[in-house]
Amino acid sequence: MTEITHHSQVWTYRTPKARLLLWGGWLALVALFVWCWQLMTRDTIWFFVTDAPRQAADIGNRMVPPRWSYMSELWLPLWDTINIATLGTIGGVIMAVPVAFMAARNTTPSATILRPIALFIIVASRSINSLIWALLLVAIIGPGLLAGIIAIALRSIGFVGKLLYEAIEETDARQIEAIEATGASGAQVLSYGIVPQIMPAFWGISVFRWDINIRESTILGLVGAGGIGLKLQASLNTLAWSQVSVILLLILATVVLSEWVSARMRHAII
Amino acid sequence: MTTPSYPTTWRRPPQIVKDRRWRLALQIGIFVYLVLAIGSVEVNWARVYDGLERGQRFIMGFLQPDFSSRWRDISQGLVESLTMTLTSTVVGVAISVPIGIGAARNLAPRWIYYICRSIIAVSRALQEIIIAIFFVAMFGFGPFAGFLTLSFATIGFIAKLLADDIEEINEAQAEAIRSTGASWWQVVNYAIQPQVMPRLIGLSLYRLDINFRESAVIGIVGAGGIGATLNTAIDRYEYDSAGAILLIIIGIVMVAEYGSSYLRKFLQ
Amino acid sequence: MLHLERLSKTYKTGETALHEVTLDVPKGQILGLIGPSGAGKSTLIRCINRLVEPSSGKVLLGDVDLARLGKTDLRKQRRRIGMIFQEYALVERLTVMENVLSGRLGYVPFWRSFLRKYPAADIQRAYRLLDRVGLIDHADKRADALSGGQRQRVGIARALAQDPELLLVDEPTASLDPKTSRQIMRLLTEVCTERGLPAIVNIHDVPLAQQFMQRIVGLRAGRVVFDGPPEALTESALTQIYGEEDWNAMRAGDAEQAAAEAEARDRIAALAK
Repeated sequence: MTEITHHSQVWTYRTPKARLLLWGGWLALVALFVWCWQLMTRDTIWFFVTDAPRQAADIGNRMVPPRWSYMSELWLPLWDTINIATLGTIGGVIMAVPVAFMAARNTTPSATILRPIALFIIVASRSINSLIWALLLVAIIGPGLLAGIIAIALRSIGFVGKLLYEAIEETDARQIEAIEATGASGAQVLSYGIVPQIMPAFWGISVFRWDINIRESTILGLVGAGGIGLKLQASLNTLAWSQVSVILLLILATVVLSEWVSARMRHAII
Repeated sequence: MTTPSYPTTWRRPPQIVKDRRWRLALQIGIFVYLVLAIGSVEVNWARVYDGLERGQRFIMGFLQPDFSSRWRDISQGLVESLTMTLTSTVVGVAISVPIGIGAARNLAPRWIYYICRSIIAVSRALQEIIIAIFFVAMFGFGPFAGFLTLSFATIGFIAKLLADDIEEINEAQAEAIRSTGASWWQVVNYAIQPQVMPRLIGLSLYRLDINFRESAVIGIVGAGGIGATLNTAIDRYEYDSAGAILLIIIGIVMVAEYGSSYLRKFLQ
Repeated sequence: MLHLERLSKTYKTGETALHEVTLDVPKGQILGLIGPSGAGKSTLIRCINRLVEPSSGKVLLGDVDLARLGKTDLRKQRRRIGMIFQEYALVERLTVMENVLSGRLGYVPFWRSFLRKYPAADIQRAYRLLDRVGLIDHADKRADALSGGQRQRVGIARALAQDPELLLVDEPTASLDPKTSRQIMRLLTEVCTERGLPAIVNIHDVPLAQQFMQRIVGLRAGRVVFDGPPEALTESALTQIYGEEDWNAMRAGDAEQAAAEAEARDRIAALAK
């Protein structure tokens, strides 16, 4: 019996050390939360917070009934929004393809220089929201659709580039080897060995991104980059909440519709 | 002996749209759309030309960022963003767990299921920025509105994925626990929790990352954080400060991405 | 026709896969390469068309030393060598016809291959080859719609489309059932005899090798340990190649290996969906 005396006689779920670590972790999280909370609310004016329900009721009252007649002014901005999303997606995809080929381990022309650059482009594009891109571009080239299109395109590079380069890295090496063995040139290996393998992924990613872009392009107008967001901004500025509700419903309908279209298209492709 | 003659031409058969007329219609449709869409873009080339110089300055600002002259504003914005990110993720996840359980078809009664699913649907349908506009209007400017926005958005994200996860768990394990005569709480604790916990932690870390990125955006409509600082810098045409802020955002996102993937490996 | 001289390959990991292999393959000869897994069979045939870079030695095809060629010259010489793969290695999402035409890639400029505008002679040749392997009705199907045996026939047609002077065949029957295996081997030997093509066939199935090969080379740990006609492959010769273990048991092991590979392939396919 002497062998097991060093074991605890009471059954426990975790070893004491693991439990201690777990509790320590939770405690640290709670402490961090409290500390962050205090930092964050240092300048909060609590009167506004307690007043919020009244404000909410007020806004709610102004929002209904929606001013449906305003709808007629929204079709053109909606058309612009869809164009921003579509043209932006096309532009983004065109730029993302070379980036993806540079970033994929098996196709990169130079693993020491070009690959890190491509990866940085992808991270930079992914971490900056399209609204921020739009903010910058409106300041640089002026308000309008073009700024929105470029913003959407720049934002799409990272998303499409990342998913596409992962698809390239997952291609079947044997098919590529077989094309190489026929004496094909580098460009031919690319077009026969790799491109057919990534084509479904490519279309799927593009359509998926288009769907996201529709959603994102609806708000670009808030910073002046065209589309239905401009109307939203104008209505907010004049506190025309009954128009805001019409715009939001239209945005919602567009997003739902684009989701349905993208699901159908992806289904058709794959 | 005659050798049979073989065709000398070959065309790749169409892969997706098999009918020739449909294909033609589709091609014409796409072409017409592109012409119309590109035609709808009105570009003020004089303005763009003027902007080129500013664009150049922005790129220079990005390459030679100025961290110091606006450091007080930047650090203030960063503190707001980071605290907002953490608190909203914690609160959002804490609220998501009951809603997620309620939105799982195999655990919740019908009426609770529908309530929870509609909360999720509303949260997912509205974009962060639009929610932020409302919260700013209701709660006033500042990070508190941002915190509420991100918490609300987190609920839609985490609760949906959690509910889907719970619906997909291995029923056999839940059955086994139920057959021991366990109560509903015990089923959740012994059968569901161990199966979805690792994924919940992974999702929370992922959401932390998303919340930080979003915190940089909602500042544009007045919900505090680094976005507000960035907005000001761009409005003042201080591209070197704007460049610095963008680089900080990119840096933090990179660190968060590597950190969370490391942490997820460590926790599993 | 093909002459290997003191061909060696050492991988970066320090593992020696081939050790000074010297081999002569005359025109029209079908040579079977046997040996346990890891003996260097696959490395040997990949060193010939340099899908694997040999560490030292010569690979003479006719008068040309393939081991010393630059990139462009290598591509030109690769056209002379057709290769047939274990898992068919067809481009799954292309049509059968495109797969066969891809054998002409070394001969046509990029724009022709990109636009699928091959010269009339190439297309005629592709149809003739598809007819020869019995798949002319499947030309417009996608390669992933075919069965294993049919895919390997397309693989053979692709290799022959190159108008090769040598065939390299890597485990052509490893993923096929016994009956289809025999059909494929018969087809292979027939097309080689028709064209007077020499071929090097990696094969793990010893009875199949004895039935179809004109000459057998046994490889063990990167060295040639047997070289002779199939009749000379006695029990003691097999022991020399496969070691003291019962080589029937080795074959069972190979079947296991094939099953494991098939499983891995299914997994990859499932992931790709």
